Amino acid sequence: MIPFAPVFSLEFPPLTHVVQWPAFLFEDTAFAVNKVVLVYLFAVLLTIGLFVLGNKKQLVPSGAQNVAESAVAFIDDIGLQTMGTDGRRYTPFIASIFFFVLFTNIFEIIPVIQMPASARIALPMLLALTVWFVFIIVGIIKQGPIGYFKNSLFLPDVPWPIHLLGVPIEFVSTFLVRPFSLMVRLFANLLAGHLLLVTFAVLSSGLVVSKWYAVFLPLPVIAVIFFTAFEVLVSVLQAYVFALLTGVYIGTSLHADH
Amino acid sequence: MITDSGLAALTYGLGAIGPGIGIGYLVGQSVQAMARQPEAAGMVRTTMFLGIAFVEALALIGFVVFFLAG
Repeated sequence: MIPFAPVFSLEFPPLTHVVQWPAFLFEDTAFAVNKVVLVYLFAVLLTIGLFVLGNKKQLVPSGAQNVAESAVAFIDDIGLQTMGTDGRRYTPFIASIFFFVLFTNIFEIIPVIQMPASARIALPMLLALTVWFVFIIVGIIKQGPIGYFKNSLFLPDVPWPIHLLGVPIEFVSTFLVRPFSLMVRLFANLLAGHLLLVTFAVLSSGLVVSKWYAVFLPLPVIAVIFFTAFEVLVSVLQAYVFALLTGVYIGTSLHADH
Repeated sequence: MITDSGLAALTYGLGAIGPGIGIGYLVGQSVQAMARQPEAAGMVRTTMFLGIAFVEALALIGFVVFFLAG
């Protein structure tokens, strides 16, 4: 599908080779296990572990409790800014989303593993669909089924012919574009980051030769180190943006703002 | 010689111009707002990331379309 052009006459591995991993357990069933599955199972374990270990209530926090408490303060802040005080009950949901996305992303730069599970479309899609169901159901519970769809589809205080144009636009932007952009944002950011690291790693390994142009070897190596640091930023930022947008979407379901 | 993947790469480059200008403008204005009113920095930052997320989505859709077409 992707005939990659050679980078500086180096053979770039095809995309299938970069992101597809062979299954090594339960092959040819729906439950086949490969590296990506292991990464997100591990991310689930880490998220649960943070919730369990961070649940100690010492007066002077230490270890996991420290991490958990500062993270909860940070996520509570997201919740307050996007949903207001009555959105506090959704903070655990946003916290689990944030940590799960963060842990699946951060495996992009952990040595030896170096594969973000979010670079396969299945995981972002599942998360986006979960958020989609949650904000629709919250809206239906809070405003009633008719009230919710009326508030989210009909613009207030406009002459009625505007609705002919407004309702389809609002429907597409609220119920179709929201989950789609949530999914594509996470997926494409992590895939792009992964490919960036692969490109410079391939370039570095291609320069390990006994020719004169091996003097350029430090450049891609420095680039790999720099982009690895940059990917830490991207992983945290994407988890933050995902949590923030989840908060915004649930917030619009909680309060009919028009 | 013009190939499909070359055209896809070129088109993605063109498609990245708009979001590039958009993010530059957005972040520049946010920095200005934070410098003028440091006490509102937290609120400006949240809104800035929200805006970046929406602007960036266009570039990322282009990135995905590049893979589908290339």
